[in-house]
Amino acid sequence: MKLLLLPLIALRNGVEFIGGWGYLLWDTLLAFRRAIFAKRGRRLGWQNLWYQMERVGVRSIPIVSLVLFCIGAILALQMAPTLRQFGLVSTVPDIISVAVYRELGPLVSAIVLTGFAGASIAAEIGSMVVAEEIEALQAHAISPVRFLVVPRVVATTIMMVCVAVVGDLMGTAGGLTISQGVLGIDFRQYLTHTYDILRTRDFITGLIKAAVFGSLISSLACYLGLRVTGGAEGVGVATTRTVVLTIVALIATDLLFTAAFYARGW
Amino acid sequence: MVNMAAKAAIQVLDVTKIFDGRTVLDRIRLDVFQGETLVILGGSGSGKSTLLSLMIGNRRSDGGDIVALGKSLIGMTDQEMVEYRKSIGVLFQSGALFNSMSVADNVALPLREHTDLPEETIDIMVKIKLELVGLREHAEKMPAQLSGGMKKRAGLARAISLDPRLLFYDEPSAGLDPVTSAEIDQLIIDLNHKLGVTSVVVTHEMDSAFRIADRMVLLDRGRFVASGTPEEMKASDNALVRQFIHGLTEGPLTDRRRAGGYENDLLGVDI
Repeated sequence: MKLLLLPLIALRNGVEFIGGWGYLLWDTLLAFRRAIFAKRGRRLGWQNLWYQMERVGVRSIPIVSLVLFCIGAILALQMAPTLRQFGLVSTVPDIISVAVYRELGPLVSAIVLTGFAGASIAAEIGSMVVAEEIEALQAHAISPVRFLVVPRVVATTIMMVCVAVVGDLMGTAGGLTISQGVLGIDFRQYLTHTYDILRTRDFITGLIKAAVFGSLISSLACYLGLRVTGGAEGVGVATTRTVVLTIVALIATDLLFTAAFYARGW
Repeated sequence: MVNMAAKAAIQVLDVTKIFDGRTVLDRIRLDVFQGETLVILGGSGSGKSTLLSLMIGNRRSDGGDIVALGKSLIGMTDQEMVEYRKSIGVLFQSGALFNSMSVADNVALPLREHTDLPEETIDIMVKIKLELVGLREHAEKMPAQLSGGMKKRAGLARAISLDPRLLFYDEPSAGLDPVTSAEIDQLIIDLNHKLGVTSVVVTHEMDSAFRIADRMVLLDRGRFVASGTPEEMKASDNALVRQFIHGLTEGPLTDRRRAGGYENDLLGVDI
């Protein structure tokens, strides 16, 4: 009997989770609108946003650069033998550009940022819950959503777009390095191919995805952080769940977006 | 009696709170009069911290109402709740300082959030509050650099930053050595006199309770079992009050624990 109930319980928990997360997103949106028009608390808001942007984005740039550089290089090395059979080695830059700008730049940057920002946001907010800091905020009539969630979501969204741009460029650099050094494609030729094949649309769809990924990472991390119960162990569980759930959510969302762009012929 | 009720800063009216089917507070009635320091006593799990979180509006009751500063907490709109919370101060058990901010920034936070005061004025106000709790020279320290007692004092400075009319303390002397604990108690008494606030203190530390209380109530299993001045409580012949106040190992509290079906549990029989 218990075994039969398990899927139902899982379904209920899933609905509850998505409902709670959706509610937090809605609350964040309302609080963001209020924060923009608020007269008070602005000085703190900007300072806080700036700090979060540095923490979330700036520190992750070296890692994202390294990872995307390697991915660009790997793509070039993987594709070259097959393409050579058809005499199409010169199309390596074209394939890398589309793959990186539309897909891998935003997605891989988002996965790196999940480890960087998502985990640390969940752990930070979870520790604040354990230390009664959230209750203290409420007792001081300061909304935890406006004070903690909004700056983190806005900062992660903005920085995710910036990091994706850096990632795109580094992916190109990785492909370029291998093409020039190993495949014998001149770097001017590589850049011309990249420039010719890429449409503004490829770049923009990648950045739209990046922005959505950014808000996904931070809102899930904040939500799981705020739900922490049970002290230090709870913080650990929330951090792990944040990373796992976010990566699943990122890839699922990516599929949805790619399907939608495909259907619209973008 | 009517006259006394008119001066009540907080009225708890038949409040019930249920967690997972367990009644934590059972139709509680309590008046906190203006300017007094009321101590709510009770053992672990007696419901005293729940009552405190209801009074500060962090939780909602499942029945009854709380009227604080003349307004019903249940019927408050979000904006009214914000205004209510601005007129109260809360000292949490751990101090609940924001660990990412210095002591001065912690105290300044409510001022920055809720007033239009210029930074220079806020600086001065922060210094005044920190001086009141004896922490002015530690203003720039981070919470991690403070001892337990200093954290509580800093938490208290933050609680009084908006000059509240009601102050709530959750276990103010828990986890402190006797001297620091006595210092915090003295601080509570001084603040009450200097600021003229109404204070509600939740504690199970008897020494501390007797030092600060104008009036005390004892909460047990979600109900009040006794109330009175410290002298009246000391003289009480209620067995439960006597056991709690004197920390006796024999009495109704321990009898209850012993009658927990130990034999049945050992024999594997359902009670």
